[in-house]
Amino acid sequence: MMNLVLIVGGILVLTIIIALVRVSSLISVARKEGTKVDKSSNRVNGALMLIFLIVSGIVTIWYSISTFDTYNLPLASEHGAVTDRLFWTTMAVTGFIFMLTNILLFYFSYRYQYNEERRAFFFPDNNKLEILWTVVPAIVLTLLVFSGLTAWHDITSKAPKDSEVIEIMGYQFAWATRYPGKDDKLGNYNYRLIDVENLFGLDFSDRNAHDDFMPRELHLPKGKPVLFKIRARDVIHSVFAPHFRLKMDAVPGMPTQFWFVPTKTTEEMRAETGNDEFNYEIACTEVCGRGHFTMRLLVIVDEPEDYEKWKAGQQPWLAKNPGYLSKIPKEMRELAMINAGISLDEK
Amino acid sequence: MATADIHIAEDIHHGDHHDQQQSFVTKYIFSQDHKTIAKQFLITGIFWALMGGLMSLVFRLQLGFPEATLEWLRPIFGGWITESGKLDPEFYLAMVTMHGTIMIFFVLTAGLSGTFSNFLIPLQIGARDMASGFMNMLSYWFFFLSSVVMFISLFIETGPASGGWVIYPPLSALPQAMSGSGLGMTMWLIAMVFFIVSTMLGGINYITTIINLRTRGMSFTRLPLTIWAFLLTATLALLSFPVLVAAVLLLIFDRSFGTSFYLSDIYIGGEALPNSGGSPILFQHLFWFLGHPEVYIVILPALGITSEIISTNSRKPIFGYMAMIGSLIAITLLSFVVWAHHMFVTGMNPFLGSVFVLLTFIIAVPSAVKVFNYLTTLWRGNIIFTPAMLFSIGLVSFFITGGVTGLFLGNAALDIQLHDTYFVVAHFHIVMGSAAFFGMVAGVYHWFPKMFGRMMDARLGYIHFWMSFVGIYSVFFPMHYIGIAGFPRRYYSFTNFDAFNSYTDLNALITIAAFITMAAQFIFLFNFFYSIFRGRKAPQNPWRSNTLEWTAPINPEHGNWPGEIPTVYRWPYDYSKPGAKEDFIPQNIPFSETSESNLPNETESIKLEGFDKKDAIVVDDTEE
Ligand code: HEM
Ligand SMILES: [Cu+2]
Ligand SMILES: [Cu+2]
Repeated sequence: MMNLVLIVGGILVLTIIIALVRVSSLISVARKEGTKVDKSSNRVNGALMLIFLIVSGIVTIWYSISTFDTYNLPLASEHGAVTDRLFWTTMAVTGFIFMLTNILLFYFSYRYQYNEERRAFFFPDNNKLEILWTVVPAIVLTLLVFSGLTAWHDITSKAPKDSEVIEIMGYQFAWATRYPGKDDKLGNYNYRLIDVENLFGLDFSDRNAHDDFMPRELHLPKGKPVLFKIRARDVIHSVFAPHFRLKMDAVPGMPTQFWFVPTKTTEEMRAETGNDEFNYEIACTEVCGRGHFTMRLLVIVDEPEDYEKWKAGQQPWLAKNPGYLSKIPKEMRELAMINAGISLDEK
Repeated sequence: MATADIHIAEDIHHGDHHDQQQSFVTKYIFSQDHKTIAKQFLITGIFWALMGGLMSLVFRLQLGFPEATLEWLRPIFGGWITESGKLDPEFYLAMVTMHGTIMIFFVLTAGLSGTFSNFLIPLQIGARDMASGFMNMLSYWFFFLSSVVMFISLFIETGPASGGWVIYPPLSALPQAMSGSGLGMTMWLIAMVFFIVSTMLGGINYITTIINLRTRGMSFTRLPLTIWAFLLTATLALLSFPVLVAAVLLLIFDRSFGTSFYLSDIYIGGEALPNSGGSPILFQHLFWFLGHPEVYIVILPALGITSEIISTNSRKPIFGYMAMIGSLIAITLLSFVVWAHHMFVTGMNPFLGSVFVLLTFIIAVPSAVKVFNYLTTLWRGNIIFTPAMLFSIGLVSFFITGGVTGLFLGNAALDIQLHDTYFVVAHFHIVMGSAAFFGMVAGVYHWFPKMFGRMMDARLGYIHFWMSFVGIYSVFFPMHYIGIAGFPRRYYSFTNFDAFNSYTDLNALITIAAFITMAAQFIFLFNFFYSIFRGRKAPQNPWRSNTLEWTAPINPEHGNWPGEIPTVYRWPYDYSKPGAKEDFIPQNIPFSETSESNLPNETESIKLEGFDKKDAIVVDDTEE
């Protein structure tokens, strides 16, 4: 830390010195007449334009190539492949425009520096050129936009019928997940029923809720469509699963969703990245308060068989919190116990 | 135009009358002189830029050196530094929020438009002052009031607003959600309402003045591009800011009077709130209906300023004057219909998303046209690197670099991954933040001689430019990589995630670059304040420029021109005209005096010039 302070201090002191040096020269300049172009500084600035172009160009290209694996996130979803292809196509097209225009900008600045002998070329307009650079970008952008819209259309299309439905709910400052249980149906909820244990506000007068279970971490089957039902119960959060190229806001009062197909198990990803500790994660990307940066949810992608096995081993929430049985209408209680797999004599 | 003339005559009278009994207060504080008001906006803007800049250093320290102890900041921040010598995470968010709010609204809207619209409109169109000097004065003082409220909010116990500059509810609506959403948020909202009043008063004035008070001969097709940009900026502001007022009012109702415009189904702080039926997404629609035009409110004046500076210092007419106006108008119109590209992943209807993708891509076309026109203006020019010119070239580079990343974000399918990551931070800091900041600085260097009658030091200007230019690129370009790697924005720290556990080196580099960039701004500050008092005396027309302001006295009084206002005979970009004696012909030189360089149709128009003289019938040629 001290080092940083020293650096900063150093820079400030330097600044002051430069300033003071200039004070004296300013005074000497004060008497000179002045609309003449200062040739030497013009030349220096022109040269710096070119140097900036070359140096920054080299550094950018070198860094982009040599650290590719650091910024290119491994990919693990079907639609993500489309997204990535689109990303790199856009990169190629815009990268070309970016380089071309920046090169022209700095090169022209360097090349056409002031020269007393010369006059600038009086060239106020040219309709052909204007049309050219209206139409060409328009065509290029149209191509980009259509591949983009196709992808967007597919990604946001209706989830397949056989999707695994999983609910993710954001709250300050964690994620909670809910699986539909044996009946494959998520039970109703009502935010007024939320309490310290019943995070979701599950409504047990709905029989579908009896067998819902809520694990600490998210398990997903590889190769099967998964539909995230997303909501929040306090402020807006946003589900971001970077490796799946997935993001969707979690909004209180307005459930959202996102479906996708995971393509690699956690094990496979560990092998691919050579990192034994690799894990899929979900992060929050909508600022939600002091713990925003801690909202991590662990995601594990299993082979479908392992996934089914894991699911079968999960205990319904009601079974873990039998106290809530008392809140269920009497006539339903027995049914609830059967659905939740609570042995009837326990009670 | 005839009516305008009568007005002016009255104004002179008025002005004279005032001058005799002007006290310090009416001259420097409650002044109605557009030049003084411009300087008030500028100085206030500089103050806020300093505040906003220093705040960014604080949170950059946290991001670049998360291990470091910030104990030494305790004397300033007190309890916001935790026991262990770290920034409090909520304070981090407060800093980010205030940084964004200050930079976007107070520096790049009020500081930029307020300064240059005020200063340049009357001087460049040939008017004595704004249409209403009194409203103009009010405009500044509402801004001042807004500034005071916002400034005080920095010091209250619960801290200033902290939910991000976009203040999405429910976070901003519920004091239970974070401490900044308490009194700090209330003050934010009050400050913004004052701010909007200020912007409205200013905007109405700018538009009225440009339409009604142009001098003889100053038709719309002879207006400098700066004025076109200010006109369209004010129009944008006038049409979009009221929507923010509406959004803010509804938020105030939700916060204080128990309504449910934005709130529904909320359980927080151990209790279920009674609100139901509201939609947080409604707020986002309203906010971005202002928010997107706002980013153009910030950039258009900067583009206008650079058009002027690049043309002057390339000694060449701006290429495609009409196309430049056309693209400004196109951008203005289109910027009202792209707002939802900020909301692709809010769960809105995907079809609606598609529509906004298309519209967003259309707006990229006029932006591209502008860039190509700048490049052609430089081509075969005779370029003089004044500090203003350097900053203008830097602006064009930023506009390109930040513009191309817009094409990633505007493509909804890509935005799924990139939204709310550092990629967005890189995009808008380059295309908006840095570009508009450069436009503002370029404007200060260029018009300083007119403002203060003295020159700024060019060599310090060069140092300022190169440090800032390299510094800013070093700060924001690396953020693209961090964003592609998926790092979310507004994160206090990245150590909780395996996926975001890299790039500590790059983040440290960014922080160091930010400090260097900030240091460069102190050079500018020194140069600015020193030159006000001790700079070299300015010549009449230091940049050999064509526009009208350089025909006014070096230190213009209230009323700008002591005698008659000059008449305008030509467009402002007659630089290096073939045959002309000098490489520039100011707007007030009639074609009858430049027979050697006239184009055929210009020679013809000499016949009309006689009619322009004072007592003759005034020819209204605004129709072209
Ligand atoms: C080529 C033209 C441009 C396109 C296609 C474009 C597109 C976009 C899109 C889609 C976003 C939302 C990204 C996200 O949040 O995920 C965005 C953000 C932003 N853009 Fe642009 N943009 C363009 C030019 C500009 C310009 C000229 C400015 C300002 C002068 C600007 C300022 C901003 C700002 C401030 C944000 C971020 C706001 C925030 O979330 O805090 N953009 N842009
Ligand atoms: Cu969050
Ligand atoms: Cu936008």
